[in-house]
Amino acid sequence: MASSNLTIETLKKMFAEGKRFDGRDLLEHRKLSVETEISNTAEGSARVRIGKTEVIVGVKMAMGEPYPDSPDRGNLTVSADLLPLASPRFEHGPPGFHAIELPRLVDRAIRESHVIELEKLVIKEGEKVWTVYIDVYPINDDGNLIDASTIGALLALKTAMVPELDKDGKIDYDKKATKKLPLAKDIIPICFTFYKLGNSLLLDPTREEEEACDVRVTFGLSNPKDYLINSCQKSGKTPFTQEEIDKIMDTLPKKYDEINEKLKKFL
Amino acid sequence: MAKEHKRPDGRGLTELRPMTAKVGVIPNADGSAMFAFGNTVAIAAVYGPRQLHPQHMQDPASGVLRVNYDLLSFSVYDRKKPGPSRRSQEISKVTEWALSPVIDLAAFPSTVIDVQIYIIQADAGTRTAGINAASMALAHAGIPMRDLICSVAVGKQDKALVVDLTKEEEDFEEGEGATDFAVAKVANSDEFTLLQLDGKIQPEIVKEVTRIGAEACKKIYEVQKKALKEVIEK
Repeated sequence: MASSNLTIETLKKMFAEGKRFDGRDLLEHRKLSVETEISNTAEGSARVRIGKTEVIVGVKMAMGEPYPDSPDRGNLTVSADLLPLASPRFEHGPPGFHAIELPRLVDRAIRESHVIELEKLVIKEGEKVWTVYIDVYPINDDGNLIDASTIGALLALKTAMVPELDKDGKIDYDKKATKKLPLAKDIIPICFTFYKLGNSLLLDPTREEEEACDVRVTFGLSNPKDYLINSCQKSGKTPFTQEEIDKIMDTLPKKYDEINEKLKKFL
Repeated sequence: MAKEHKRPDGRGLTELRPMTAKVGVIPNADGSAMFAFGNTVAIAAVYGPRQLHPQHMQDPASGVLRVNYDLLSFSVYDRKKPGPSRRSQEISKVTEWALSPVIDLAAFPSTVIDVQIYIIQADAGTRTAGINAASMALAHAGIPMRDLICSVAVGKQDKALVVDLTKEEEDFEEGEGATDFAVAKVANSDEFTLLQLDGKIQPEIVKEVTRIGAEACKKIYEVQKKALKEVIEK
């Protein structure tokens, strides 16, 4: 759904003056709240709210074959379903570009951070390994789904337990799971997507702001000590200038600390 | 015999699981609600009335109610592959039929009212929880309705009749086994809008089942009403 020219012009003017409709600074997030263990059928799960945006994420595990090129590692699959429940913009049918891109961005932020110790998810090398499914469902889309979904994925992973097996090696859900999903300590993948309209950069846009913007770029960071960037993707035609890239790089560590601090008690 | 039946969670035979209901859980939607029977949690969103596309599906005499029900992939122990299944399509359709009778669709010719129902956590009774949530969401959306719809599953465990089965009870295998009979009813009138069952049950017992279901629906109605009032009084 494209924005009207009127909306774009108004927002462009406001952003240039550093203003937003909801009174935030351009690089300021909306209120973030999270909740874990929201579905007891999932191995791990979380709900993330950023402003009016709400995403729920669940982790499921299943046994399968390893990929031929990684016989000694478990598998990771990230999916996202843009349910028509979550927005008047979402429709049933084959996934559009946005629906394909969202899980890929979350996948890369999680995978490239190596937060999941996939080498510990081997049941029998070359034959049987765990597949970790991360399933993302936006419940209310009011912008910034990528960043919200990655936070949800992280928290769902952090609370995930590996299911127990019975004598025949099948999953037994009646047994209480006691082993946590093996995760690397001190790796906290978080995404930051910067949006650009005119010459202004902003974080955490509402849906209205998001739709008016020309381009966005997503950075996945994972390390609280040196702020390592694990993934990056620009989406949209409009270029970013060197000055803008510098500004983003200066902003990332501050923003990472801020969000990490808020998530700390859940990790 | 029936009196000796003990339920695994210690509930009385006609006792529902603790119910939770909340209205307005999805701000984007025109109406929305959550309804839970114990561990079974359903959310529903209503969008519309809005223009129906493609145009040839429009009915110039009446609006169309379109329901979509599905499970989230992690709402069950063995991950459900995302996307519609035969089961979910069937449940979507029976839910449509369960809800339509109370909605004044004629007031909105050529439009569609979309109802989206998703299960976050499943422990049996998902379609009934979904219908309860959807009914509240429609009311919350301000769609003209002559009444609310309430829904519950009544089960037979060997010979005992029980209300609102859990997954564990659905899998009951002793004696005559388990029968699961899902009913939906117009809250304040004697009209059943959903009747669906799996298992085996005698006709005489069915008479009893619908009566037990109707009694349970009264309790569900109170929970729905309370949640709707809360949001209006805010």
